[in-house]
Amino acid sequence: MPLSDADLVHLRTIVARHGGEPTELLQILREVQAYLHHVPHEAMVFLYEVLQVPPAQIQGVVEFYSFLSTTPRGHYDLRVSDSITDQMLGSRALAADLCERLGVRLGETRADGAVSVDYTSCTGMCEQGPAGLVNGLALTRLDRARIGRIAELVEAGAPLEAWPEEFFAVADNVHKPGLLLENGFEPGAALAKLFERGRDATFAELEQSGLRGRGGAGFNTAWKWRFCYEGPDEDSFCPMDKRSEVQRFVICNADEGEPGTFKDRVLLNSHAHRVFEGMTVCAALVGAKRGFLYLRGEYLHLYQPLLAVLEERRRLGLLGQTIQGREGFDFDIKIHLGAGAYICGEESALIESLEGKRGNPRNRPPYPVTHGYLGQPTVVNNVETFLSAAMIALHGGAWFAAHGTEKSKGSKILSISGDCARPGIYEYPFGTTVAEILADCGASDPFGAQVGGPSGTFISDKEFGRKLAFEDLATGGSFIVFGQGRDPLEVARNFTHFFAHESCGFCTPCRVGTALLRNIHDKICAGHGTPYDLAELADLGKIIKGASHCGLGQTAANPILTTLERYPGLYEARLKETVFQPGFDLDGALEVSRRLTGRDDAHAHLEQANQ
Amino acid sequence: MKPYHISIDGQAVPYQPGQTIMEAATAAGIYIPHLCHNPEFKPHGSCKLCTVKVNGRSAAACTMPAGEGQEIQNNTPELNATRRAITRMLFVEGNHICPGCEKTGNCQLQAVGYYVGMLDTHYPHFFPTRRVDASHPDVMLDLDRCIVCELCVRASRDVDGKNVFGLAGRGLQTRLVVNSASGLLKDTDFSAGDKAAQVCPVGAILIKRKGYEVPIGERIFDHHTIGEVSLEHDQAVLGADHG
Ligand SMILES: Cc1cc2nc3c(=O)[nH]c(=O)nc-3n(C[C@H](O)[C@H](O)[C@H](O)COP(=O)(O)O)c2cc1C
Ligand code: SF4
Ligand code: SF4
Ligand code: FES
Repeated sequence: MPLSDADLVHLRTIVARHGGEPTELLQILREVQAYLHHVPHEAMVFLYEVLQVPPAQIQGVVEFYSFLSTTPRGHYDLRVSDSITDQMLGSRALAADLCERLGVRLGETRADGAVSVDYTSCTGMCEQGPAGLVNGLALTRLDRARIGRIAELVEAGAPLEAWPEEFFAVADNVHKPGLLLENGFEPGAALAKLFERGRDATFAELEQSGLRGRGGAGFNTAWKWRFCYEGPDEDSFCPMDKRSEVQRFVICNADEGEPGTFKDRVLLNSHAHRVFEGMTVCAALVGAKRGFLYLRGEYLHLYQPLLAVLEERRRLGLLGQTIQGREGFDFDIKIHLGAGAYICGEESALIESLEGKRGNPRNRPPYPVTHGYLGQPTVVNNVETFLSAAMIALHGGAWFAAHGTEKSKGSKILSISGDCARPGIYEYPFGTTVAEILADCGASDPFGAQVGGPSGTFISDKEFGRKLAFEDLATGGSFIVFGQGRDPLEVARNFTHFFAHESCGFCTPCRVGTALLRNIHDKICAGHGTPYDLAELADLGKIIKGASHCGLGQTAANPILTTLERYPGLYEARLKETVFQPGFDLDGALEVSRRLTGRDDAHAHLEQANQ
Repeated sequence: MKPYHISIDGQAVPYQPGQTIMEAATAAGIYIPHLCHNPEFKPHGSCKLCTVKVNGRSAAACTMPAGEGQEIQNNTPELNATRRAITRMLFVEGNHICPGCEKTGNCQLQAVGYYVGMLDTHYPHFFPTRRVDASHPDVMLDLDRCIVCELCVRASRDVDGKNVFGLAGRGLQTRLVVNSASGLLKDTDFSAGDKAAQVCPVGAILIKRKGYEVPIGERIFDHHTIGEVSLEHDQAVLGADHG
């Protein structure tokens, strides 16, 4: 399909809007995809010529991100969230219903090009699911009626602006504000306090607060900022005033891809000033001039509102040149949209993605804090971390450190979803027990909870006395409740598929290992497993954990390993008694032939599997 | 110069600041299995065959800097089992036809398989459908055996200055692609004399009209283990670097 002249003009405008910068490649490709419904070969050749980026790099990027495609998607590109919480709310039946009404097969684009339907990884709407996306915009609270209406709107060719607003309504659902969310905030207040105290005293407050990163790993934030300020070893020979000439960057990680996590969405929706102010405080302390908000593609609906907040902050003199009248204090923030890749939440993969590349995690050392964006010292922090930092700059370190536990100061904002009466946002001081949280959200008699998302920990009902804290249960914010009647194997299965789907593919153990785990686990769930397969799962899990390059691979086996450990009986109950079973179903393999020949009589089936 | 040491399987091994564990081990004559690493290029750290334990924590020896106080485990039953599993994963991920492959006997993946005691592929095969690119007059790309080590990518970009290859896809779909508008090798300035044409550790990049040149019994790994061959090559490269 050669591009028309009009298309070429449009593509040129897109590229020009992004200054023709190769680092903008992902942003450009997102817009090309939105305009042409895919990134055709001709567009890649065009970009190769105007951006001077090698075609293999462009193809590499297009094929890496789930929301970009080389083959046409529908004018209405519908995706249903396949997160475990959405599944529990009936998403799969709804997806099937949608496909049937529209006459399209899941994962395919209808022949007339009007519509495509597919699954997508967690969209971060877990407490108001089943959720989905249409052309990247979030759809919430799907049900039969909405699915029917959506199918009609699609068939009528109604533009999205004409769709009912409530289909796109995203609620905050804050049920329990705590230390951070209870207290108000005036834009600029934290910065004013910072200048009043001075840099060193503010650093000291941050240190005293004991703030640890809220993205999951819990690295001490003050240390991270100080490392960035001090710069790489090779710079430590030059005097401090010279070092301050190094370019530094501040990145806010709003990728929020961990299934079951949606608190950053709420923070950005209702408290964006605090988040941006936290980034600006960081910039003032480490000496950065440029910042990025890496916003996951699933939160496209937040893009325009966030641009407006940034604009307002510029107007208020809180961003841009000479911030709050301080000569030489220049800092501005740009928003980068992701395109459907969980791995881009990993900080070095995020930086690669910001640079317009595939989201492969880098080798460490060196760490981003000394060699980050464009090889320069870079702070990467979670949304909640920056928000907390702004509040600490305002209220002081002692205010924050008075809450929480010995090694986990302050509070933690949780995204609670699953089988409970009041899913939504809750803020607790660290040290709160799981039992208390379950009671608050109205979870009656659950059999377990997933804390920290698929990469975190599954805890059974015998462990509800455990505490939320880096000392015990660390979490980025995902808290999924499972009621009686849910099958732990299905939970593990969903998570295992998620990891296999989201592996970046860079390293062998994760690339191949997660696919093997998925297949063996499927085999067991399908009733074809043997004791041998169970042993294999445990063995493989250990290898993938130990040899993978990054956190994704290192945690990918957790769902299987933790459920195997807690529910060996449930796994065993699914096994065949034989020592070995083939991984495929002979009769199932004939399905294609049956479809092609239109036969489904007894003679078209094999007896093999069911003796 | 002050002598710096790390310990590998209990043996004191000298290193110079800036060296990786792999480099220090190689200089000391200790073989750490590897596939995506070749000291002629920038370390990559993707195959994870070189996984060692450094003070109890896993790390890729090819990218991990050597440092004071490191107690490294390399040749242990546990690590060798991990390496066997990784080698098997690479086998089942592609379509490896060892007995009939033109690279057989000279293939590093196969030789690593011997080294780690791999007797079967163990895991179910994925049998991927991959394309053969025979468009180039002198070189053939049979990606059935590609292990996405990116050695050719690095060699072409960093040594040949041609940037002929790249990676596309994600996860298990990750694959080598050719950097031309048509995606075909013939439309690049690739030549059989390129470094990138020589580095492939498996039978994915093959020089045409050269198949099965060396008779069975005279191939590299008919007589030497990958450990010997690799150390000899890698030490020569490192020696040249330092000399
Ligand atoms: C696979 C993977 C996904 C991640 N996703 C996120 C994410 O969505 N948001 C986030 O803040 N951190 C995420 N992280 C952690 C980041 O790499 C990094 O540790 C964090 O952003 C640092 O910020 P903090 O110190 O404020 O926690 C992820 C890590 C891995 C390994
Ligand atoms: S562990 Fe997985 S996601 Fe991480 S680098 Fe390796 S392949 Fe990529
Ligand atoms: S073609 Fe060979 S050198 Fe290139 S990535 Fe594949 S296996 Fe490695
Ligand atoms: S040789 Fe070290 S990861 Fe491949």
